[in-house]
Amino acid sequence: MSLLHGRRTPAPPLVAAFALAAALALGGCATAPAGGAAPTQASKVDPWENFNRKIFTFNEALDDAIVKPVATAYRDVVPELVRDGIENVLGNIYDVRSVLNHFLQGKLQSGLEMGMRVLTNTFFGLGGLLDPASEMGLTRQWEDFGQTLGRWGVPDGPYVVVPLFGPSTMRDTVGLVLDREFSPAAIPQTDSGRYATFGVEAISLRARFLDTTQLLEEISLDKYSFIRDGYLSRRRDALFDGAPPLEDFGDDWDDEPETPAAPAAPAAPSAPTATDTPASAPAPAPK
Amino acid sequence: MLKKILSASSLLLALATAVPVQANTAPDALVRQISVEVIDVARADKAIQEGDTARVLALVESKVMPHVNFEVVTRSAVGPQWRGATPEQRSKLQAEFKTLLVRAYSGALAQVKDQSVEVLKTLPVPGSTQMVVQTEVRGSGEPIKLDYRLDKQAEAWKIIDVNVGGLWLVQNYRSQFATEISKGGIDGLINTLVERNKAPSKS
Repeated sequence: MSLLHGRRTPAPPLVAAFALAAALALGGCATAPAGGAAPTQASKVDPWENFNRKIFTFNEALDDAIVKPVATAYRDVVPELVRDGIENVLGNIYDVRSVLNHFLQGKLQSGLEMGMRVLTNTFFGLGGLLDPASEMGLTRQWEDFGQTLGRWGVPDGPYVVVPLFGPSTMRDTVGLVLDREFSPAAIPQTDSGRYATFGVEAISLRARFLDTTQLLEEISLDKYSFIRDGYLSRRRDALFDGAPPLEDFGDDWDDEPETPAAPAAPAAPSAPTATDTPASAPAPAPK
Repeated sequence: MLKKILSASSLLLALATAVPVQANTAPDALVRQISVEVIDVARADKAIQEGDTARVLALVESKVMPHVNFEVVTRSAVGPQWRGATPEQRSKLQAEFKTLLVRAYSGALAQVKDQSVEVLKTLPVPGSTQMVVQTEVRGSGEPIKLDYRLDKQAEAWKIIDVNVGGLWLVQNYRSQFATEISKGGIDGLINTLVERNKAPSKS
Protein backbone atom coordinates (compact mmCIF):
# COMPACT_ATOMS: atom_id res chain seq x y z
CA MET A 1 0.00 0.00 0.00
CA SER A 2 2.62 2.48 0.80
CA LEU A 3 6.31 2.58 0.67
CA LEU A 4 8.83 3.95 2.93
CA HIS A 5 9.21 3.59 6.56
CA GLY A 6 9.47 6.58 8.71
CA ARG A 7 6.46 6.58 10.86
CA ARG A 8 7.44 3.64 12.94
CA THR A 9 6.78 4.56 16.47
CA PRO A 10 6.40 1.52 18.69
CA ALA A 11 5.73 -0.46 15.53
CA PRO A 12 2.54 -2.38 16.09
CA PRO A 13 1.15 -5.06 13.91
CA LEU A 14 -2.25 -3.76 13.03
CA VAL A 15 -1.26 -0.25 12.33
CA ALA A 16 2.10 -0.64 10.87
CA ALA A 17 0.42 -0.24 7.54
CA PHE A 18 0.28 3.43 8.23
CA ALA A 19 3.99 3.70 8.45
CA LEU A 20 5.88 5.45 5.75
CA ALA A 21 7.91 8.31 4.56
CA ALA A 22 9.80 9.90 1.68
CA ALA A 23 10.76 13.01 -0.07
CA LEU A 24 7.97 14.38 -2.13
CA ALA A 25 7.02 17.93 -1.51
CA LEU A 26 3.40 18.34 -2.40
CA GLY A 27 3.68 21.59 -4.25
CA GLY A 28 0.29 21.51 -5.84
CA CYS A 29 -1.89 20.35 -3.04
CA ALA A 30 -2.92 23.81 -1.93
CA THR A 31 -5.11 23.95 -4.99
CA ALA A 32 -6.76 20.65 -4.24
CA PRO A 33 -10.53 20.75 -4.29
CA ALA A 34 -12.28 20.78 -0.97
CA GLY A 35 -14.40 17.80 -0.04
CA GLY A 36 -18.03 18.32 -0.83
CA ALA A 37 -19.34 16.30 2.07
CA ALA A 38 -21.22 17.65 5.04
CA PRO A 39 -19.00 19.41 7.57
CA THR A 40 -18.26 16.42 9.74
CA GLN A 41 -15.38 15.82 12.08
CA ALA A 42 -13.67 13.97 9.24
CA SER A 43 -13.87 16.81 6.75
CA LYS A 44 -12.28 19.17 9.24
CA VAL A 45 -9.11 17.13 9.44
CA ASP A 46 -9.33 16.10 5.79
CA PRO A 47 -10.49 19.10 3.75
CA TRP A 48 -8.81 17.73 0.63
CA GLU A 49 -10.45 14.35 0.84
CA ASN A 50 -11.50 14.18 -2.82
CA PHE A 51 -7.98 14.85 -3.97
CA ASN A 52 -6.44 12.62 -1.33
CA ARG A 53 -8.65 9.74 -2.37
CA LYS A 54 -7.34 10.00 -5.92
CA ILE A 55 -3.74 9.77 -4.72
CA PHE A 56 -4.76 6.92 -2.43
CA THR A 57 -6.26 5.02 -5.37
CA PHE A 58 -3.09 5.60 -7.34
CA ASN A 59 -0.93 4.34 -4.46
CA GLU A 60 -3.09 1.26 -4.09
CA ALA A 61 -2.85 0.49 -7.80
CA LEU A 62 0.92 0.88 -7.70
CA ASP A 63 1.09 -1.39 -4.69
CA ASP A 64 -1.06 -4.07 -6.30
CA ALA A 65 0.87 -3.95 -9.56
CA ILE A 66 4.44 -3.73 -8.34
CA VAL A 67 5.32 -3.20 -4.71
CA LYS A 68 3.26 -5.97 -3.14
CA PRO A 69 4.20 -8.68 -5.66
CA VAL A 70 7.90 -7.85 -5.32
CA ALA A 71 7.68 -7.76 -1.52
CA THR A 72 5.82 -11.08 -1.50
CA ALA A 73 8.48 -12.69 -3.67
CA TYR A 74 11.18 -11.19 -1.45
CA ARG A 75 9.55 -12.67 1.63
CA ASP A 76 9.11 -16.07 0.02
CA VAL A 77 12.56 -16.35 -1.51
CA VAL A 78 14.94 -14.60 0.86
CA PRO A 79 15.56 -16.43 4.15
CA GLU A 80 14.25 -14.76 7.27
CA LEU A 81 17.74 -14.42 8.73
CA VAL A 82 18.85 -12.34 5.76
CA ARG A 83 15.70 -10.23 5.79
CA ASP A 84 16.16 -9.55 9.49
CA GLY A 85 19.75 -8.53 8.86
CA ILE A 86 18.72 -6.08 6.15
CA GLU A 87 15.99 -4.69 8.38
CA ASN A 88 18.47 -4.25 11.22
CA VAL A 89 21.00 -2.41 9.07
CA LEU A 90 18.32 -0.05 7.78
CA GLY A 91 16.90 0.33 11.29
CA ASN A 92 20.29 1.25 12.65
CA ILE A 93 20.49 4.11 10.15
CA TYR A 94 16.96 5.28 11.03
CA ASP A 95 18.06 5.18 14.66
CA VAL A 96 20.68 7.87 13.97
CA ARG A 97 17.86 10.14 12.85
CA SER A 98 15.95 9.25 16.00
CA VAL A 99 18.93 10.20 18.18
CA LEU A 100 19.06 13.60 16.54
CA ASN A 101 15.34 14.12 17.05
CA HIS A 102 15.44 13.11 20.69
CA PHE A 103 18.00 15.84 21.23
CA LEU A 104 16.07 18.35 19.13
CA GLN A 105 13.10 17.72 21.40
CA GLY A 106 15.25 18.16 24.48
CA LYS A 107 14.93 14.52 25.53
CA LEU A 108 18.45 14.16 26.78
CA GLN A 109 18.19 10.80 28.46
CA SER A 110 16.36 8.92 25.75
CA GLY A 111 18.65 10.58 23.21
CA LEU A 112 21.68 9.21 25.01
CA GLU A 113 20.05 5.79 25.28
CA MET A 114 19.35 5.75 21.57
CA GLY A 115 22.91 6.95 20.94
CA MET A 116 24.19 4.02 22.99
CA ARG A 117 21.94 1.76 20.98
CA VAL A 118 23.41 2.92 17.68
CA LEU A 119 26.99 2.58 18.97
CA THR A 120 26.32 -0.86 20.40
CA ASN A 121 24.69 -2.19 17.27
CA THR A 122 27.30 -0.63 14.99
CA PHE A 123 30.34 -1.95 16.86
CA PHE A 124 29.07 -5.12 18.51
CA GLY A 125 26.33 -5.92 16.02
CA LEU A 126 28.52 -6.11 12.90
CA GLY A 127 27.64 -2.69 11.58
CA GLY A 128 24.00 -2.97 12.51
CA LEU A 129 23.42 -6.43 11.06
CA LEU A 130 22.54 -7.73 14.50
CA ASP A 131 20.65 -6.02 17.27
CA PRO A 132 22.42 -6.81 20.56
CA ALA A 133 21.27 -3.47 22.01
CA SER A 134 17.64 -4.63 22.23
CA GLU A 135 18.73 -7.63 24.24
CA MET A 136 20.54 -5.27 26.59
CA GLY A 137 17.30 -3.38 27.10
CA LEU A 138 18.14 -0.50 24.77
CA THR A 139 15.01 -0.88 22.67
CA ARG A 140 14.20 1.39 19.79
CA GLN A 141 12.52 4.67 20.65
CA TRP A 142 11.47 6.09 17.34
CA GLU A 143 11.48 9.85 16.83
CA ASP A 144 11.23 11.58 13.47
CA PHE A 145 11.20 15.18 12.28
CA GLY A 146 7.42 15.29 12.07
CA GLN A 147 7.26 14.48 15.78
CA THR A 148 9.90 17.09 16.54
CA LEU A 149 7.97 19.75 14.65
CA GLY A 150 4.87 18.71 16.59
CA ARG A 151 6.75 19.04 19.85
CA TRP A 152 7.79 22.50 18.82
CA GLY A 153 4.14 23.42 18.43
CA VAL A 154 3.67 23.13 14.68
CA PRO A 155 0.07 22.01 14.11
CA ASP A 156 -0.69 18.94 12.00
CA GLY A 157 -2.35 20.85 9.24
CA PRO A 158 -4.69 19.05 6.86
CA TYR A 159 -4.37 15.34 6.20
CA VAL A 160 -2.43 14.60 3.06
CA VAL A 161 -1.89 11.41 1.10
CA VAL A 162 1.57 11.63 -0.44
CA PRO A 163 2.05 9.94 -3.81
CA LEU A 164 4.10 6.74 -3.39
CA PHE A 165 4.36 7.18 0.34
CA GLY A 166 0.87 7.31 1.73
CA PRO A 167 -0.75 8.90 4.78
CA SER A 168 0.69 12.10 6.16
CA THR A 169 -0.23 15.58 7.26
CA MET A 170 1.15 18.89 6.06
CA ARG A 171 3.50 18.97 9.03
CA ASP A 172 4.54 15.37 8.68
CA THR A 173 5.20 15.88 4.98
CA VAL A 174 7.72 18.57 5.87
CA GLY A 175 9.13 16.18 8.46
CA LEU A 176 9.25 13.49 5.81
CA VAL A 177 11.44 15.57 3.52
CA LEU A 178 13.90 16.07 6.40
CA ASP A 179 13.66 12.39 7.37
CA ARG A 180 14.71 11.39 3.89
CA GLU A 181 17.88 13.47 4.23
CA PHE A 182 18.92 11.07 6.98
CA SER A 183 17.64 7.91 5.35
CA PRO A 184 19.73 5.01 4.06
CA ALA A 185 18.94 6.14 0.52
CA ALA A 186 20.66 9.46 1.18
CA ILE A 187 24.00 7.77 1.74
CA PRO A 188 25.11 6.44 -1.69
CA GLN A 189 27.11 8.81 -3.89
CA THR A 190 25.44 7.93 -7.18
CA ASP A 191 21.85 8.28 -8.31
CA SER A 192 21.58 4.62 -9.17
CA GLY A 193 22.89 3.75 -5.71
CA ARG A 194 20.30 5.98 -4.11
CA TYR A 195 17.44 4.48 -6.13
CA ALA A 196 18.62 0.96 -5.37
CA THR A 197 18.85 1.68 -1.64
CA PHE A 198 15.46 3.29 -1.70
CA GLY A 199 14.09 0.21 -3.41
CA VAL A 200 15.55 -2.01 -0.69
CA GLU A 201 14.05 0.22 2.01
CA ALA A 202 10.65 0.08 0.36
CA ILE A 203 10.58 -3.66 -0.24
CA SER A 204 11.94 -4.50 3.19
CA LEU A 205 9.28 -2.39 4.84
CA ARG A 206 6.49 -3.63 2.62
CA ALA A 207 7.44 -7.27 3.17
CA ARG A 208 7.23 -6.81 6.88
CA PHE A 209 3.67 -5.53 6.71
CA LEU A 210 2.16 -7.93 4.18
CA ASP A 211 0.00 -9.63 6.77
CA THR A 212 -0.98 -6.34 8.34
CA THR A 213 -2.26 -4.84 5.13
CA GLN A 214 -4.11 -8.06 4.36
CA LEU A 215 -5.84 -7.79 7.72
CA LEU A 216 -6.68 -4.18 7.00
CA GLU A 217 -8.47 -5.26 3.82
CA GLU A 218 -10.59 -7.61 5.86
CA ILE A 219 -11.61 -5.38 8.71
CA SER A 220 -12.16 -1.96 7.20
CA LEU A 221 -15.44 -0.75 5.79
CA ASP A 222 -13.68 2.03 3.96
CA LYS A 223 -9.96 1.44 3.80
CA TYR A 224 -9.21 5.09 3.07
CA SER A 225 -10.91 6.39 6.24
CA PHE A 226 -9.64 3.52 8.34
CA ILE A 227 -6.06 4.34 7.41
CA ARG A 228 -6.59 8.07 7.76
CA ASP A 229 -8.15 7.87 11.21
CA GLY A 230 -5.63 5.29 12.31
CA TYR A 231 -2.71 7.32 11.05
CA LEU A 232 -3.89 10.47 12.79
CA SER A 233 -4.47 8.79 16.15
CA ARG A 234 -1.19 6.94 15.96
CA ARG A 235 0.69 10.13 15.25
CA ARG A 236 -1.02 11.81 18.14
CA ASP A 237 -0.06 8.88 20.33
CA ALA A 238 3.54 9.11 19.16
CA LEU A 239 3.65 12.84 19.78
CA PHE A 240 2.78 12.18 23.39
CA ASP A 241 5.27 9.31 23.55
CA GLY A 242 2.48 6.79 23.89
CA ALA A 243 0.60 8.61 26.63
CA PRO A 244 -1.84 11.10 25.11
CA PRO A 245 -4.35 12.65 27.51
CA LEU A 246 -7.21 10.23 27.98
CA GLU A 247 -10.59 11.33 26.79
CA ASP A 248 -14.03 10.06 27.36
CA PHE A 249 -15.23 9.23 23.86
CA GLY A 250 -18.85 9.60 24.78
CA ASP A 251 -20.96 6.54 24.22
CA ASP A 252 -24.07 7.43 26.13
CA TRP A 253 -26.34 7.22 23.15
CA ASP A 254 -28.77 5.21 25.12
CA ASP A 255 -32.45 5.58 25.68
CA GLU A 256 -32.59 8.93 27.36
CA PRO A 257 -35.55 10.95 26.14
CA GLU A 258 -34.77 13.10 23.18
CA THR A 259 -36.64 16.07 21.83
CA PRO A 260 -37.60 15.17 18.28
CA ALA A 261 -35.84 17.94 16.40
CA ALA A 262 -32.92 18.38 18.76
CA PRO A 263 -29.44 18.29 17.26
CA ALA A 264 -27.41 15.21 18.02
CA ALA A 265 -24.93 16.90 20.32
CA PRO A 266 -26.14 16.80 23.90
CA ALA A 267 -26.92 20.30 25.01
CA ALA A 268 -25.43 21.74 28.16
CA PRO A 269 -27.95 24.42 29.05
CA SER A 270 -26.52 25.10 32.47
CA ALA A 271 -23.07 25.87 31.16
CA PRO A 272 -23.32 28.86 28.85
CA THR A 273 -19.55 29.24 28.42
CA ALA A 274 -18.83 25.59 27.84
CA THR A 275 -18.27 26.06 24.14
CA ASP A 276 -14.53 26.57 24.47
CA THR A 277 -13.80 23.01 25.42
CA PRO A 278 -11.60 21.16 22.94
CA ALA A 279 -13.61 19.75 20.10
CA SER A 280 -13.25 16.12 20.91
CA ALA A 281 -16.08 13.68 21.08
CA PRO A 282 -19.39 15.13 22.17
CA ALA A 283 -19.62 15.16 25.92
CA PRO A 284 -21.82 12.42 27.25
CA ALA A 285 -24.91 13.31 29.14
CA PRO A 286 -24.73 12.23 32.74
CA LYS A 287 -26.33 8.91 33.42
CA MET B 1 12.74 -13.86 33.48
CA LEU B 2 9.48 -12.47 32.26
CA LYS B 3 8.35 -15.90 31.29
CA LYS B 4 9.01 -17.09 34.81
CA ILE B 5 7.05 -14.23 36.26
CA LEU B 6 4.26 -14.89 33.84
CA SER B 7 4.04 -18.56 34.54
CA ALA B 8 4.31 -17.96 38.25
CA SER B 9 1.58 -15.39 38.14
CA SER B 10 -0.60 -17.60 35.99
CA LEU B 11 -0.18 -20.34 38.57
CA LEU B 12 -1.17 -17.95 41.30
CA LEU B 13 -4.10 -16.80 39.25
CA ALA B 14 -5.16 -20.33 38.58
CA LEU B 15 -5.19 -20.94 42.30
CA ALA B 16 -6.80 -17.68 43.18
CA THR B 17 -9.40 -17.52 40.47
CA ALA B 18 -10.42 -21.05 39.77
CA VAL B 19 -13.91 -19.67 39.42
CA PRO B 20 -14.74 -17.10 36.73
CA VAL B 21 -13.80 -13.53 37.47
CA GLN B 22 -15.62 -12.25 40.46
CA ALA B 23 -17.56 -9.05 40.41
CA ASN B 24 -15.06 -7.08 42.41
CA THR B 25 -11.97 -7.91 40.35
CA ALA B 26 -9.94 -4.78 39.76
CA PRO B 27 -9.57 -3.74 36.11
CA ASP B 28 -5.84 -4.38 36.00
CA ALA B 29 -6.26 -7.81 37.55
CA LEU B 30 -8.88 -8.65 34.95
CA VAL B 31 -6.65 -7.55 32.09
CA ARG B 32 -3.74 -9.46 33.56
CA GLN B 33 -5.83 -12.56 33.89
CA ILE B 34 -7.09 -12.36 30.32
CA SER B 35 -3.60 -11.73 28.96
CA VAL B 36 -2.08 -14.61 30.84
CA GLU B 37 -4.83 -17.00 29.82
CA VAL B 38 -4.62 -16.05 26.18
CA ILE B 39 -0.84 -16.36 26.11
CA ASP B 40 -0.79 -19.65 27.94
CA VAL B 41 -3.16 -21.16 25.43
CA ALA B 42 -1.37 -19.60 22.47
CA ARG B 43 1.98 -20.94 23.67
CA ALA B 44 0.68 -24.45 24.07
CA ASP B 45 -1.13 -24.52 20.74
CA LYS B 46 0.95 -25.40 17.68
CA ALA B 47 -1.87 -24.50 15.30
CA ILE B 48 -2.09 -20.97 16.67
CA GLN B 49 1.63 -20.47 16.35
CA GLU B 50 1.40 -21.53 12.74
CA GLY B 51 -1.23 -18.90 12.14
CA ASP B 52 -4.44 -20.93 12.18
CA THR B 53 -7.00 -18.14 12.11
CA ALA B 54 -9.90 -20.30 13.20
CA ARG B 55 -8.04 -21.34 16.33
CA VAL B 56 -7.13 -17.76 17.21
CA LEU B 57 -10.75 -16.76 16.71
CA ALA B 58 -11.89 -19.52 19.03
CA LEU B 59 -9.36 -18.49 21.65
CA VAL B 60 -10.43 -14.85 21.57
CA GLU B 61 -14.07 -15.89 21.60
CA SER B 62 -13.68 -18.02 24.70
CA LYS B 63 -11.18 -15.99 26.74
CA VAL B 64 -11.70 -12.35 25.83
CA MET B 65 -15.25 -11.94 24.60
CA PRO B 66 -16.99 -12.76 27.88
CA HIS B 67 -15.34 -9.64 29.31
CA VAL B 68 -16.41 -7.28 26.56
CA ASN B 69 -19.57 -5.22 26.68
CA PHE B 70 -20.66 -5.22 23.08
CA GLU B 71 -23.61 -3.01 23.60
CA VAL B 72 -21.41 -0.15 24.77
CA VAL B 73 -18.84 -0.94 22.08
CA THR B 74 -21.40 -0.83 19.29
CA ARG B 75 -23.25 2.19 20.63
CA SER B 76 -19.98 4.07 20.92
CA ALA B 77 -19.04 3.35 17.32
CA VAL B 78 -22.50 4.12 15.96
CA GLY B 79 -22.82 7.43 17.78
CA PRO B 80 -25.98 9.49 18.29
CA GLN B 81 -27.85 7.57 15.59
CA TRP B 82 -27.97 4.69 18.05
CA ARG B 83 -30.89 6.42 19.74
CA GLY B 84 -33.02 6.10 16.65
CA ALA B 85 -32.23 2.43 16.05
CA THR B 86 -34.88 -0.19 16.80
CA PRO B 87 -34.08 -3.05 19.18
CA GLU B 88 -33.79 -5.42 16.20
CA GLN B 89 -31.40 -3.08 14.43
CA ARG B 90 -29.37 -2.72 17.59
CA SER B 91 -28.95 -6.43 18.11
CA LYS B 92 -28.07 -6.96 14.45
CA LEU B 93 -25.50 -4.17 14.58
CA GLN B 94 -24.06 -5.63 17.72
CA ALA B 95 -23.76 -9.14 16.29
CA GLU B 96 -22.16 -8.01 13.05
CA PHE B 97 -19.75 -5.56 14.65
CA LYS B 98 -18.72 -8.24 17.09
CA THR B 99 -17.80 -10.60 14.27
CA LEU B 100 -15.74 -7.87 12.65
CA LEU B 101 -13.95 -6.84 15.83
CA VAL B 102 -13.13 -10.40 16.82
CA ARG B 103 -11.53 -10.79 13.43
CA ALA B 104 -9.60 -7.55 13.84
CA TYR B 105 -8.35 -8.33 17.32
CA SER B 106 -7.50 -11.92 16.45
CA GLY B 107 -5.69 -10.83 13.33
CA ALA B 108 -3.58 -8.40 15.29
CA LEU B 109 -2.88 -11.04 17.92
CA ALA B 110 -1.90 -13.65 15.35
CA GLN B 111 0.80 -11.38 13.98
CA VAL B 112 2.71 -11.15 17.18
CA LYS B 113 4.77 -14.24 17.75
CA ASP B 114 6.62 -15.27 20.85
CA GLN B 115 4.84 -12.80 22.98
CA SER B 116 4.56 -11.97 26.61
CA VAL B 117 2.43 -9.26 28.14
CA GLU B 118 3.40 -6.83 30.83
CA VAL B 119 0.67 -4.88 32.57
CA LEU B 120 1.99 -1.38 33.12
CA LYS B 121 -0.24 1.37 34.50
CA THR B 122 -3.91 1.76 35.26
CA LEU B 123 -5.26 5.24 34.73
CA PRO B 124 -8.67 6.77 35.30
CA VAL B 125 -10.27 8.55 32.34
CA PRO B 126 -11.03 12.11 33.43
CA GLY B 127 -14.70 12.93 33.65
CA SER B 128 -15.94 9.35 33.50
CA THR B 129 -16.03 6.09 35.38
CA GLN B 130 -13.75 4.47 32.83
CA MET B 131 -10.27 3.13 33.47
CA VAL B 132 -7.50 2.48 31.00
CA VAL B 133 -5.15 -0.42 31.67
CA GLN B 134 -1.92 -0.09 29.74
CA THR B 135 -0.09 -3.19 28.70
CA GLU B 136 2.82 -3.91 26.48
CA VAL B 137 3.24 -6.96 24.30
CA ARG B 138 6.86 -7.97 24.21
CA GLY B 139 8.18 -10.28 21.59
CA SER B 140 11.19 -10.50 19.37
CA GLY B 141 10.87 -7.00 17.93
CA GLU B 142 9.90 -3.72 19.46
CA PRO B 143 7.31 -3.77 22.24
CA ILE B 144 3.77 -3.11 21.12
CA LYS B 145 1.31 -1.01 23.02
CA LEU B 146 -1.93 -2.81 23.82
CA ASP B 147 -4.22 -0.83 26.09
CA TYR B 148 -7.67 -1.73 27.33
CA ARG B 149 -10.46 0.69 28.16
CA LEU B 150 -12.86 -0.63 30.75
CA ASP B 151 -16.01 0.54 32.41
CA LYS B 152 -17.78 -0.87 35.40
CA GLN B 153 -21.18 -2.26 34.58
CA ALA B 154 -23.42 -4.13 36.91
CA GLU B 155 -20.60 -4.73 39.37
CA ALA B 156 -18.15 -6.09 36.83
CA TRP B 157 -15.48 -4.39 34.76
CA LYS B 158 -16.05 -4.82 31.07
CA ILE B 159 -13.77 -3.99 28.18
CA ILE B 160 -15.18 -1.33 25.89
CA ASP B 161 -12.25 -0.57 23.59
CA VAL B 162 -8.74 -1.77 22.79
CA ASN B 163 -5.83 0.40 21.75
CA VAL B 164 -3.44 -1.35 19.40
CA GLY B 165 -0.25 0.59 18.86
CA GLY B 166 -1.83 3.98 19.32
CA LEU B 167 -5.27 3.66 17.82
CA TRP B 168 -8.49 2.84 19.64
CA LEU B 169 -9.96 0.09 17.53
CA VAL B 170 -13.64 0.81 18.19
CA GLN B 171 -13.22 4.56 17.83
CA ASN B 172 -11.48 3.99 14.54
CA TYR B 173 -14.79 2.80 13.09
CA ARG B 174 -16.70 5.92 14.05
CA SER B 175 -16.26 7.96 10.92
CA GLN B 176 -16.69 4.89 8.70
CA PHE B 177 -19.97 4.11 10.45
CA ALA B 178 -21.10 7.71 10.14
CA THR B 179 -20.44 7.64 6.41
CA GLU B 180 -22.43 4.44 5.96
CA ILE B 181 -25.31 5.78 8.04
CA SER B 182 -25.43 9.02 6.09
CA LYS B 183 -25.59 7.00 2.86
CA GLY B 184 -28.10 4.32 3.77
CA GLY B 185 -29.26 4.76 7.34
CA ILE B 186 -28.85 2.15 10.05
CA ASP B 187 -29.97 -0.60 7.68
CA GLY B 188 -27.35 0.49 5.19
CA LEU B 189 -24.70 0.14 7.85
CA ILE B 190 -26.00 -3.29 8.83
CA ASN B 191 -25.88 -4.44 5.21
CA THR B 192 -22.35 -3.17 4.78
CA LEU B 193 -21.23 -5.03 7.89
CA VAL B 194 -22.95 -8.22 6.75
CA GLU B 195 -21.21 -8.00 3.37
CA ARG B 196 -17.86 -7.31 5.03
CA ASN B 197 -18.21 -10.29 7.31
CA LYS B 198 -19.15 -12.59 4.46
CA ALA B 199 -15.82 -12.04 2.74
CA PRO B 200 -13.59 -15.02 3.47
CA SER B 201 -10.67 -14.53 5.76
CA LYS B 202 -7.45 -14.97 3.85
CA SER B 203 -4.80 -14.15 6.35
